[in-house]
This record gives sequence, C-alpha cells and structure tokens, in this order.
Amino acid sequence: MVEEEKKEEDVRVGVFICHCGSNIGGLIDCKGLAEYAGTLHGVAHSEDNLYTCSETGLTAIKTAIKENNLNRVVVASCTPRTHEPLFRECISEAGLNPYLFNFVNIRDQCTWVHMKDPEGAYAKAADLVKMGVAKAEKLKPLDMIKLDINPIGLVIGGGVTGMSAALNLSRQGFKTYLVERDDRLGGRLNDLYKLFPHDIEASVLLDKLITNLNNSPNLEILLSTKITNIDGFVGNYEIELLQNGKDVNLKVGIIIVAVGSSILDPQGLFKYDGQKIITQYELEPKLKNKQIKAKEVVMIQCAGSRNDKRPYCSSVCCMTALKNALIIKEKNPETHISILFRDLYTPGTEYEKYYRKAREEGILFIRYEENRNPIVEENHIRVYNEFMGEEMLIPYDLLVLSTPLVANSDNKDLAQMLKVPTESNNFFLEAHVKLRPSDFATDGVFIGGSAKWPVDITESIAQGYSAASRASTILSHKTIEVEGSTSNLPVYNKNLCTGCEICVKVCPFHAIIKNEDDEIEIIEALCKGCGVCGATCTNQAIVIRHFTDDQIMSEILAYGGK
Amino acid sequence: MIISEENLENSSRTALVIGGGIAGIQAALDLADMGIHVDMVEKKPCIGGKMAQLDKTFPTNDCSICILAPKLSECFRHPNITLHSYSEVQKVEGSAGNFSVEILKHARYVKESECINCGLCTEKCPMRVEDEFDREIRKRRAIYMYYLQGVPAVMTIDKEKCLWFTKNACRICEKTCERDAIDFEQQDQTITLNNVGSIVVATGYNLVEDIETDALNSYGYSKFRNVVTALEFERMECASGPQGGHIKRFSDGETPRKIAFLQCIGSRSDRFEKYCSSICCMYTTKEAMIAYEHDNSLESYVFYIDMRAGGKGFQSFLRRGASDYNINYIKSKIAQIDIDKDENPIIVYEDYEDGKIKQIQVDLVVLATCIIPPDGIENLAEILDIELNDYNFIKTTPFIPLETSKNGIFTCGCVHEPMDIPRSVAEASGAAARAAEVIRGV
Repeated sequence: MVEEEKKEEDVRVGVFICHCGSNIGGLIDCKGLAEYAGTLHGVAHSEDNLYTCSETGLTAIKTAIKENNLNRVVVASCTPRTHEPLFRECISEAGLNPYLFNFVNIRDQCTWVHMKDPEGAYAKAADLVKMGVAKAEKLKPLDMIKLDINPIGLVIGGGVTGMSAALNLSRQGFKTYLVERDDRLGGRLNDLYKLFPHDIEASVLLDKLITNLNNSPNLEILLSTKITNIDGFVGNYEIELLQNGKDVNLKVGIIIVAVGSSILDPQGLFKYDGQKIITQYELEPKLKNKQIKAKEVVMIQCAGSRNDKRPYCSSVCCMTALKNALIIKEKNPETHISILFRDLYTPGTEYEKYYRKAREEGILFIRYEENRNPIVEENHIRVYNEFMGEEMLIPYDLLVLSTPLVANSDNKDLAQMLKVPTESNNFFLEAHVKLRPSDFATDGVFIGGSAKWPVDITESIAQGYSAASRASTILSHKTIEVEGSTSNLPVYNKNLCTGCEICVKVCPFHAIIKNEDDEIEIIEALCKGCGVCGATCTNQAIVIRHFTDDQIMSEILAYGGK
Repeated sequence: MIISEENLENSSRTALVIGGGIAGIQAALDLADMGIHVDMVEKKPCIGGKMAQLDKTFPTNDCSICILAPKLSECFRHPNITLHSYSEVQKVEGSAGNFSVEILKHARYVKESECINCGLCTEKCPMRVEDEFDREIRKRRAIYMYYLQGVPAVMTIDKEKCLWFTKNACRICEKTCERDAIDFEQQDQTITLNNVGSIVVATGYNLVEDIETDALNSYGYSKFRNVVTALEFERMECASGPQGGHIKRFSDGETPRKIAFLQCIGSRSDRFEKYCSSICCMYTTKEAMIAYEHDNSLESYVFYIDMRAGGKGFQSFLRRGASDYNINYIKSKIAQIDIDKDENPIIVYEDYEDGKIKQIQVDLVVLATCIIPPDGIENLAEILDIELNDYNFIKTTPFIPLETSKNGIFTCGCVHEPMDIPRSVAEASGAAARAAEVIRGV
C-alpha cells in the first residue's frame, strides 16, 4: 500500500460544503452546515464554497490540505456520479491518496428530493455529513490497478461506420481487425442507389472506402466472420470468431461496435404486397435499373415508426423519400408524386435546401395525423387533409412505404458478450446520451453508427471516426489504470473461504473464478466493486475495498448516535 | 479509468484547437488523452461556450453546467493541454503536418498566476456594465469573472468600460486586491506555435439576434418587454442566472402562467435564413418542461411548422412533454403579435389543423431564434485559408465530413452546421481522430 495506515489520533478531516449555486445553498444554510461539520469528531477544518467543483473551489481544497495538514477530505455536494473523479484528482494533486476522499450527496438526496421541506433537508444533510465524516476517518489509501494495453483494435461490422473507424485506427498506426459477417464490405451501402444530399452513387463512395482500406498497411479484413465469444477486459480482450466454419482467435485491446441496423419487415403495413406497394429499400434497385414506369407515385412517411410500438423517428426516411422522389421526377418530369408525412425531418442547412428543391420540382406534400393514418384502397389512397378539413383521394400506381431502420435482432447476443446494455428499442445504449455518445460504460468498448440509433451516412462516418478517437485514447498508452476499490479475498481471510462458489455465480462481471489450485480468485481488472459477492459471501471472507464492514458500520453508528 | 501519462506518442507535432465550447473541449481532451500536445485558443475570458449558458440539457434534463464543469477543469489541468483564453488566432502559415500559428493573447490587466477569484475587486468596482453572459439581463462590473464557474477562474478588466482606461481615474480594484494581481501595465501578447500538425476549428455559433433584429422585431422583440429569446429564457430559468431561478417577466416581475414558444424565428424563412436551426424543437420542449417544474400550473403553447425530433429518445421526450408537462403543440403559422393594456402578448395565428385563424393571450412569449455562423468567421476563414458555404458556415462535404477545404484542418460542431450537443461531441472526437491521423502521419 502506498501510505502507512494512520493511527486514529492522526486523522485530520477537511469538510467542504458546496452551495452548488442555489441548488443547495438556495434551500439550506450551507454556512451553518459547515460550522456544524467543524464540531464533528476528527474534523480539523470545514468551510462552505459557492461551487466546490470550480477552479476556485478546488484551489480552496488544496490550500486547506496544506495549511491544516489534512489527510482526509469530505465534499458534501451534488453527486459522485459526475464529480467524484474530479475531487479525487484534486486531493491527489495535493499529495493525498485519491481514496482518502469521501463524497456526501446533499444535492440529489437532500435539497432536490426534499425541495418542499427545507428543514428536513437540512437535518438529513447534517446526518449525511456526520456519517460521511465517520466513514472518512476509517478510509484507507488504495492503489489504482495498472493494466497493460495490447495496442490492437477490433471493429465489428464492415458498413460505412466500421470502415471509417477501421481506416482511421489503422492510419493512426494501430494494427486493426475489421470483422464483417457478410461476404462483402459495405453494409447498407450495397442496397442503395444514390445518396442524399449530393446524389452521388453509393457504389462510388463504397469503392473509394474499399480502396482506402486496401491501401492501409495495418489493416486485416475478415469477411464471412461471426463473433462467437468475447473474454477479457480493457486492453486485453480475447475474441473467438468463426470464419467460414473455421475457428479464429484474436487478441485485441479495444472493441468498436459498428454492426448497423436492420430494415423493418413491411408485411401487414399499408397493404404491402412487394409489387405495387413496396418499401424505399425495394425502390432503390428499381431506380438503379431504371424500372420505374409509374405515373402516379405516392410515398407514406413514418410507415411503422413514431407509433406506440416503435415510438422513435428513424431520421433518414424523409431525406430518402425526397431523394427518390427527385430521382423519379428527374427521369420523368410528368410523374405525379405525393409525399404523405407527419413532420418533415430535414434539419440543418443542406437537407432543408433539398426539401425546398423538392417543393420547387412540384412534389406534393400532404400532412396526416398519427391517429388518422392514410387508408390504402385499390387504386387510390384515402387521406384526411387537415388543412382543407376534408378527405382526399389520391390515385397511385406505385405506393412506396418509408419504413424505419430497426435494431438488429441479435443485438442482445452481442450485448451480452460485451457486457453492455441496449435500450427499449434494442439499439445499443451508450454511457451518457449527452457527453459520452461514443463510449459504453464498459471500459474499452465503443459504439458508432446505426447500431446505436438510426443515422444517415454523413453522421455514420463521423461517428466511426469518433469511436476510433475514443479507442485511440486507450490504444495510445502502454498501460492504463482502473478503479482500485475492488472486491478482494485477503490472504488472512483465505481460511474463511469454504469454496462454496456462490460469489462466482452472483458476480455480474464474471470477475470471480475458481483457479487451477481450486481456490477462489478475483480478477480485479474485471471487478467493478459492486459488492454483490461481499454481500452474499456466507463466511464474510470477501472484503470490498473502500466499502469495508468497518467503514460502513462507522457510518451506521454515527447515524445511530451511540 | 485513468489514462497514464506514459504513452506511445513519438511525434513532436502538436495540435491546435480553436474554440473552447463543448466541441473544442472534447476534441482537445481526446487529442491530449492520446498523448498529443494541444494548444487551445478561446476568444472569451473563459472556456465553456454556449453550453455554460444553458440551464438544463435535453433529453435527459441534466443540469448543463453540472455536467460541463468537470470537463472544464479536466481541460484546464490536463498536462497535455495549454489553454490560451482571451486569445485569438492571428496568423496561420504552412501546411498539413507543419503549420505555424500566431496567437494574440489579449491583456486581462490581471495576472492569471496571482488572481484567486476572491471577488473583492468586483465588489468594489463602481462601474455597471451589461453582462453579455447573462444576455444583458443583469449588470456586471468592469472587472469581472466571465461566469461563476468559469475556467480559468481569474478576473478580467473590461478595457472599454474601466474608469482607468476611459477616464484615467479610480484604480480601486488595484487597491483592494490583496494579492497584487491587478496589472494596468499588462500588454497584449503574441504567442508563436511551430510544428503544429493539424488544426481543429470549433468556434461554435451566434444567434440571429446577435446581428439582426429585423427577424425578431416582427414578433415584437425589443418592442414588447414580455417577448424574450430562448437563450434569455434559458438564463431566466437557471438557478445561477440573473433571476435566481425564479422566472419573472420583465414588465411586472410576475411569474408567467401561460407561455407561448414560437419556433423557426429567423430560420426556414425566405426573408432571413433558409436553413433549419436543428435544435430549437428540442430545447423548446425542454424549456417548457423546466418552466413547468418551477410552477405546475403553467400552460405552454408551442407554435411550430414541423416537429423535428430525430435523435435518441427525442420522440418520447416530446410525448412526455405533451402528456406530463402541459405542453400544447400547435402546427401553425404566426400572423401577428400585439399586447393588451397589461402588456400580455396576444398571438394571432393560422391553425394548420383546421385552417382557421385564431388568437390566444399569453403572459410571455419565447422566441426560438436561429443559429447563425459565429462572428468573425470570414476573418478566421481567411486566416486559415478555408472555404465557407452558401450560409457562411465552414464548408464540408457530406461524405468527407469534418474535413475543411484545406488539408490538415478539420472542423466539428455548429461552426459548420447547426446541431445538438451529442452530435457536436461525437464530431469533436471524430475531428480529433482525423487530426491525429495527420499528426501521426502513417
């Protein structure tokens, strides 16, 4: 361990009460709380700050550590979810072990949830601070766990996102494997004729990407290959694959998920028949082969999306419809084209321009409401035009359904192998929707493209690069350090272990095994410190670092007052 | 997970990131975490950009500054990032892999190494100046912190307004400062960077009201006190904003019970900007939700052309708005806005659901104003020798996104197209990846 254990009398705790602007300070008396904290056992210094997390606040912590010779720090503020790493780093810059920090949540758990009861919120905050200080007194320094990084990337999925990610990683100098289950690269690009908004042919973009990949020295492409098993952890993944019935094993440092999405099966939607009533994806090859002779074309947007079953906007269908309508119009200006839509999705500069162009070319846009779907009859569509306040009959000899992209049906299997989550529509779920769009919560696994959410090709390419960037922040290092507050079976507790293996079964991260010597072994790099093993251990042999029985009891006793 | 300082980087080339908003910050952090040295240039006294001005962020309604603040600190403290705040890029020469860059660092007249942001000087400063960060809803002093949680946490003297610089008087701040941090003799500085491998441009955006009030005037803005812009409303909602998180209208300080949100102000228009500003449908719903959380008797009316909600969780966000937050979405065209004798706005509109002309009286109108290219974009484009598009955003190509017209210069975020935060962040990482390609030069 990095630091000698402090004797009880040496412990000097500093307490910092954050106003969080008015989030906390607006409801309870932070100054009073800081004064109260100053009276607690072991506390050598206490103060309140407007924003403890601001540079000003962090400087105040560091100054107080030096001036008061503090060796434990408690911050009572927002939430450890976003701010614990910052404060740990701050105290380590002041020379303390980062684990000698304890977080007390008085915003989420006090002033937010008890917004209507300021006195109760204060009393609870005071209790939590008291408990937090009691725990802080018992904190022990811990080391981060150092892991070697195998500087090799694996990209799963050879569509436009995966190709972009692999290209970038290899050009940064990392050996990269690109795995595609199909027998060719390109994914959805293979099914498309032209691409919006510049109407270049999909095959032109695909050829260019493949040429670039072929010219990259660090890249290995595995076609017709499926992932069968994934073991290991950040920096050290072991992948089992099946290529044309043959087993392949790879060792890599990071994994990028770029498996794309699927097309909704249109059976049962708007009398789909695959002949006169088809999807945009079935229209693409017909446009390419110049098979479209129809004179009256109708397109229905949100066919199968933005409803209770699929409550999302697939975001690419409006532009796809506009593009295909314009292609038809260009070839045969006499064709009547009507697009039945709910909200036209053409955000930004170029897409909105494209929409204007479609209007100028004489394409008719008719809005319908969710609860008044167009009705498909033999030779015409019956649609209620709200603006006119009456029903319209639109003749058609070709009806095109703009169906949404849907999550791949086997996303769950891959998610399970990677130990990453999916959301309610079965798309992969990133670590934070706002600020970590390309990360998974699992270290070393990244995400991009339509596997996460329907996106167009421009965004898919950018997201491929984005995932590569996040991956590179790991691959660029010989070693990294991961969380040290892990589960542990100390040597002095070995005799307590009965080998019952309950811990092995309950561990959600597969971090506990029975090793060759028939002993329980905890793989710390995989352990997230969740504590399930410790709680279920029948003989209390397992110790959860940073959450030891002693530490938790001290909090409970502080609350109980005895 | 902490990334160790020991890395495999062996190129001595560095990266330049222009712009310290969320996009610039993410690009800089990614490059720095790869082991590449980054110089970050921010024009304002502090980094944080527009995201620092927001109250909450859709669709999770996370507190904006709360999730941003750790990133600001990380950027400031990262051993591989040199932050040049209150600075501008003046000159760029060379080509991909080897640019040389000249940065002009404006004098703050405060020593960054000495100032501890104690606030004594600000308390004593006698000058009252419109606060641009708070959209001029409140006043600041001539010596000021750009915003409360700003990074770097140091004061700046506003030379245009300071009594010493305008009238050769005062210098109270100098006398008040206990650390001798005030330095009236400070000069602008030119900093030269050589061996810059690649450049990321992330200078964000302005809003249409910043340059052009005609687009807003027809909606009563600046004529009627109870018509505000969305960013002003954002500051009004914000707990650390000028109204302390209690939404009060400007005419009488009353809490509005009925708010109208008008979409596409200055955008999707033949008279002003033709393009879609992309983020307004979502932030409007968020603002209405937050206002409802302040006061559960609130009714909101959103007047829109198309509801554009394509991102993750966006449709369910709108559904929640309608079902749980008393938000009424009205597909419509606004004809006219007037006020009654109590300055309550009256909106006349054509309801697209039945084609009828209707009117509604509300307490407050919030205008969803259009994103426009940032000021100084033409000048910056000239310095960098990159092209702009028809709308004066940085020109990119759909299938080579993030690349500008010049090799080795990349872009991300709203400076090339209006977009939301998740896309800006993803693009920022993407631009960092491309920049690293050039620097590592394989």
